[in-house]
Amino acid sequence: MDNSSVVTSLAVASGRRHGRPEFDEHAAFHHLKHLLPAQAPLKDFIHHNTLHAFQEDRFTDALHKAARLFGYKTTLTVHEYRRLFEQGRIRPEIIRRVLMERKGEAQVNDWTNRLLRKRYDSTIVPRIGTLRMHWKREHRIDLDALVHSTLFRVLNSYLDQGIAIWRFPVWDKGFLASIRELQRYAYTGFLHGKRATDLLMDETTTVGRLLDILVGEPALYEQYLFDQQFAHPGWSGLVSAIEENPAALLDNRRITLPELVTFELLLEIDALDRQFPKGWEPLAQGMRHRPQPLFAEVAYAEVDEVRSLWQEAFEWTYHDEALAGLSQNARRPEPPVLAVQALFCIDDRECSFRRHLERIHPGFRTYGTPGHFGVEFYYRPEHGKFNTKVCPAPITPKYLIKEVDKKSRAGKDVHFSQRTHGLVGGWLISQTLGFWSALKLFISIFKPSTGPGTTDSFQHMDQFSSLTVENSDPSDRDGGLQVGFTVAEMATRVDAVLKSIGLVRDFAPIVYVVGHGASSVNNPHYAAYDCGACSGRPGSVNARVFCQMAEHPKVRELLRAKGIDIPQETRFVSALHDTTRDEIVFYDEATLDAPLRALHARHMTVFRDALDLNAQERARRFEAIDQRDSAKEVHDQVRLRSVSLFEPRPELNHATNALCIVGRRELTRGLFLDRRSFLNSYDASIDPDGHYLQGILGAAAPVCGGINLEYFFSRMDNQKLGAGTKLPHNVMGLIGVANGVEGDLRPGLPNQMIEVHDPIRLLMVVEQLPDVVLATIQRVNATYQWFVNEWIHLVVVHPETKAIHRFRDGRFEPYEPLHGSIPRVLESMDVLLGSLENMPVTIIEHA
Amino acid sequence: MERLLPLFVLIPFLGFLISLLVPGRHESALSRIAYYSAGAQFFTLLAFGVLWLLQGAPLLNVKEIVIYRSDGYEFFIDLFFDRVTAVYLLVGSMLTFMITIYSRYYLHREDGYKRFFNTILFFFTGYSITVLSGNFETLFVGWEVLGISSFLLIAFYRDRYLPVKNAVKVFSIYRVGDVGLILAMWASHHLWHENITFMKLHNYELVHHQLASHSAIGIFISLAILVSAAAKSAQLPFSSWLPRAMEGPTPSSAIFYGSLSVHIGVFLLLRTFPFWEHQFVVRVLIAVVGLLTSLMASVTARVQSSVKAQIAYSSIAQIGLIFIEVAAGLELLALVHFAGNAFLRTYQLLVSPSVVTYLIREQFYHFKPREHSFEDTLPKRLEYTLYVLSLKEWNLDTFMYRLLWNPLKHLGRRLDVFNINRSLAVLVPLYLLGIVLLFYAQWSTPQVAHAIPIIAVFIALVLVLRAFTERKHVRRALAMVIMGHFWVVLAISFNEDFDLGHSLIYLSGVVGAGFFAVYAINALRRTERNVDLGRFHGHVYEHPRIALLFLLSALGLAGFPISPTFLGEDLIFSHIHPDQLVLASLVALSFVLNGLALVRIYARVFLGPHVKTYHEVAYRSA
Repeated sequence: MDNSSVVTSLAVASGRRHGRPEFDEHAAFHHLKHLLPAQAPLKDFIHHNTLHAFQEDRFTDALHKAARLFGYKTTLTVHEYRRLFEQGRIRPEIIRRVLMERKGEAQVNDWTNRLLRKRYDSTIVPRIGTLRMHWKREHRIDLDALVHSTLFRVLNSYLDQGIAIWRFPVWDKGFLASIRELQRYAYTGFLHGKRATDLLMDETTTVGRLLDILVGEPALYEQYLFDQQFAHPGWSGLVSAIEENPAALLDNRRITLPELVTFELLLEIDALDRQFPKGWEPLAQGMRHRPQPLFAEVAYAEVDEVRSLWQEAFEWTYHDEALAGLSQNARRPEPPVLAVQALFCIDDRECSFRRHLERIHPGFRTYGTPGHFGVEFYYRPEHGKFNTKVCPAPITPKYLIKEVDKKSRAGKDVHFSQRTHGLVGGWLISQTLGFWSALKLFISIFKPSTGPGTTDSFQHMDQFSSLTVENSDPSDRDGGLQVGFTVAEMATRVDAVLKSIGLVRDFAPIVYVVGHGASSVNNPHYAAYDCGACSGRPGSVNARVFCQMAEHPKVRELLRAKGIDIPQETRFVSALHDTTRDEIVFYDEATLDAPLRALHARHMTVFRDALDLNAQERARRFEAIDQRDSAKEVHDQVRLRSVSLFEPRPELNHATNALCIVGRRELTRGLFLDRRSFLNSYDASIDPDGHYLQGILGAAAPVCGGINLEYFFSRMDNQKLGAGTKLPHNVMGLIGVANGVEGDLRPGLPNQMIEVHDPIRLLMVVEQLPDVVLATIQRVNATYQWFVNEWIHLVVVHPETKAIHRFRDGRFEPYEPLHGSIPRVLESMDVLLGSLENMPVTIIEHA
Repeated sequence: MERLLPLFVLIPFLGFLISLLVPGRHESALSRIAYYSAGAQFFTLLAFGVLWLLQGAPLLNVKEIVIYRSDGYEFFIDLFFDRVTAVYLLVGSMLTFMITIYSRYYLHREDGYKRFFNTILFFFTGYSITVLSGNFETLFVGWEVLGISSFLLIAFYRDRYLPVKNAVKVFSIYRVGDVGLILAMWASHHLWHENITFMKLHNYELVHHQLASHSAIGIFISLAILVSAAAKSAQLPFSSWLPRAMEGPTPSSAIFYGSLSVHIGVFLLLRTFPFWEHQFVVRVLIAVVGLLTSLMASVTARVQSSVKAQIAYSSIAQIGLIFIEVAAGLELLALVHFAGNAFLRTYQLLVSPSVVTYLIREQFYHFKPREHSFEDTLPKRLEYTLYVLSLKEWNLDTFMYRLLWNPLKHLGRRLDVFNINRSLAVLVPLYLLGIVLLFYAQWSTPQVAHAIPIIAVFIALVLVLRAFTERKHVRRALAMVIMGHFWVVLAISFNEDFDLGHSLIYLSGVVGAGFFAVYAINALRRTERNVDLGRFHGHVYEHPRIALLFLLSALGLAGFPISPTFLGEDLIFSHIHPDQLVLASLVALSFVLNGLALVRIYARVFLGPHVKTYHEVAYRSA
């Protein structure tokens, strides 16, 4: 690494504005919002790269910068890496190769010594907060202690989606206007002093003017705002997310980050006025030590380089093993019979399910594609008052699918009722229902079962309802959305999905399309467990819509014209796989004719057996379950977990994810990847110019990369980038969680979701020619950035020779796995018993 | 039957002791000990209860152990059992049983798994002692255990700022409750000339006779009890601590602050009911406190937008109603209400994370743009004022802060000039002079003799106050706490029936615990340069053993019932005459501050975000 790249800088957006030449309010807020956490309210929890703001930098530089600026712990400590090395989870030959590549042969021994033995101090001293700290240090006033509690309370009450019984009395005027109105009429307000109150009432008050009073030196204003907002990144991030997407709150509230900042600045001025009645000087006056500008260049120390070398060795220890597995996994002969085809989400949790299906019934051929199955729309269940987006987050659909003829309704539970909080109601209820609660508690401990508080993936859509899939009249619109898809629109979507996964001929009598969702109880993060490609919802509606499209005779006609000839007797059957309970529900089975229904019944037993095995495989990581019981018994216990109030880990979700393999199933069939891989089907032979690959990577990079990096950072720093342990979490306004009643919101993943995760970047493996892939990724800059800045590792596997090329510094270079021969076993369950740890990549002979 | 009563103290206590011995990695053994203890307690109690009912539910009393006896003074542990005890013990062991099973899975792999179950069992022991207590002394033992286990559970996540801050805050409110109880004990000692048992309070003749001739002291005792009960049960003006106590893992919040701990104030009232039954003013006062609290809390609950705070205020409101029921003499209703409220709130807290699923679904299917609440019919000014006040919790938190902390802080800051090294030169000779005076007391005039104890206690108070506000030197703060104890002893020694033995009992605990406390700090300073009292340091991260040693010594130093000082405190108080209210109050205040100062030192040095940032450290606001 040469000297010029050792030092990096983040350009500070600075504009010019009359009066305060060094402070451009608009630019400052733009910059601030870019860096704040971007997590939406709980019900829309969608995985994304936690450090998305740094994505224009190379991964290593970004991590370093984020650590120095904001105090995030972005790598493991040297000590932790050494422990992994001792456990054999970082291998010496990989370290050696990393050092050869990065430092040159001559320095390998020297650096090996540094990595393994030299003492380093890993203390992080962040820059954030150093300016605002002067209040405490020089004026002996703890503004956070005086301001936060009121600020959080007011924000939470204003944004609350339904916890409080008596809601914020003024809500439809925007945040500051509402505060102003309260302050105007109430005999007591949130501000006490005259000055702060007057400033609030004056609608021309700007952030700049308040900063003049508080800080007094425009060059410091932006840094002050960063210090202030990063003292409670949770609330600031949420406000910024709501400002960007007000529809994220079903009960709409208008609020902007500048409004939040204005209110907070007023509270600060008020607190200072109160504490120092005789007057006080702005912060910049009499400041003895100038803090370093927040975004000034950051220097590298040796320890930083040591850690990034360790990290690279850690990642490639696994990736090298996985690539060795791919190249040693012999291509197996096509199964003699073609009985059934099944489409799944690329989700890493489906990886093992597919393996078990194929093992039980050799005629099963499985495919992976993002779980919205290429159809993007809003969904409105019957009786629903809102539309729910069910496609990847960046897409804004123009279509609406409605559910009609729903048969079931959700139950009620008086424990969540507002009456229990009233004086008289509470008096009656506590003396009557109170004893019922004791019984319920007893039952929920000794015999857990599903109830109205459970998140049930199968409730997303009633199994026997109907959907408005087809649009025959373009004027049929609802709230600006077209209801259903026209035949041509359907054909385009079905065609795109089938071609991208390479399913264009040899259709089986039944093609299953299986979405996935999750069930849990006592879990505010439930949306994170559902399908990411459906914006954190179960994929049942999408699967069903896709099937109905593919079944449509006119759509089939159009498809034939596009070169996909689906035989008339081939039927598409949709299903939902619940990844927590390992259960499956099929839709529209009744429309199958008798012979197919019999076939379907036989398949159903295959699905069921595979689900038992899948549950048993998953149970390896659940300490409370004895995995050696029969698959059925283990499965029962796994089901029980999903409805147990006391179980903070109903399932492990995407934990341990590390790979995304884009290619034909032959490449991975029979390879035991321990549920660590996203699997996207792709056939290079029908996509010579990378047209479909572009679509796949355009979706897979942000979706899988986002999942991977959210796990990565939540694991690296579970306190600042994750949500910490979920056990003390308290639900705030139905929009977020905090610790206790006074804490800041905690975005990111709780500890229980990431504790078994190894923080390594995703390795994307594409089965295609290097030149084609290079041309493809370069076509879209957003996609290219993921790879060239190394936020995702990329290799290609030659479709015929299986030669591996690794993408680095903008080009593909040959890559030879160092790992020796991959272990082989006869049955997958041979690998699986006992250990809680990650399993080695293994080739299964009987697959 | 009485002979069986100690069993209900021994079962949880034994469970606690065994749980201390099990290494932390044996998760299932630890949790099993906890729920076996609670289960054994529950089922034994059921069997016992049947027998007891068959015998016609008599009042049971057993004088267990006499710990100390001298002329006219006896300190003994006494157990008592009636239907109040029966209900409290039954609800307590049942909830503890269920919660420990619940937590067995819930806390799986959590750091501090062992600490959690140790503390739960410690709490359960304290709870059992409290509800079984047959006299104030025994009650106070349990009371202290409840206080410290609450502190430990609120600060369970000891590496974050808010849990530690709130734990200290709640502990300080509990200390206020302790003053009430100490003064009640002192006054009742003089009223009855013995350590009265609760059994005897049921003797109407006796109580009536005593109170008829000492009505003022009777009222005083009742008020002290009320303060204690209100503090412990989060009634006005103390209410704001309850929501802030919800910092631990959800099941611990559920069992402590949803149910058991918060109803202990009610228990105190029920237990002492025969005493104040005929004091009409007191009954009215209790009802008024309950009524105001329930009005305030139910409005406050309506505006809370976080689940746990909402449940906390709803529970406070119900406890306010229970206060009224107790004041009205409706014991049975109060007991039913207590049990129902405890179960309901426990369950509501346990399922509180599900509220997102449930209410978001409700909103999705049943949303009406804006529902009018009945407050909308109020005049705008009134409505907004009421809303803002409720949102700010009626300024109760700031009120407590200003009432309790700020005066102490200001006083302490003024005392900054009071440098210990320099003042030693004055204080030591002064103390010696005091001792000399003590032996020649007969030479001084009565006025002087009367003033000296006050002066001595005042000096003690100044020392403790200074220790409480010290920002830099840990050992100096400790030294001031220890010296404070000495001055208290000196002060009391001036009373004519002074007994050197009593002072020695008292001071033996102080000296022993003080030695270990200083030793622990010295051990810490051998490796850590960064040790002061200006901020939280979180040294427990690297030095858990030293932290434990210091905690135990600090408890001993604070007169916690593991040290002779605890007995000494009671003895000391027995020497303060009924007409020395000022002296008694000052001594009580110095005890309270001294406990606070020590907990503060412990928190500042060992708890909170770690000063070393080579590992993950949470935001201060998190």
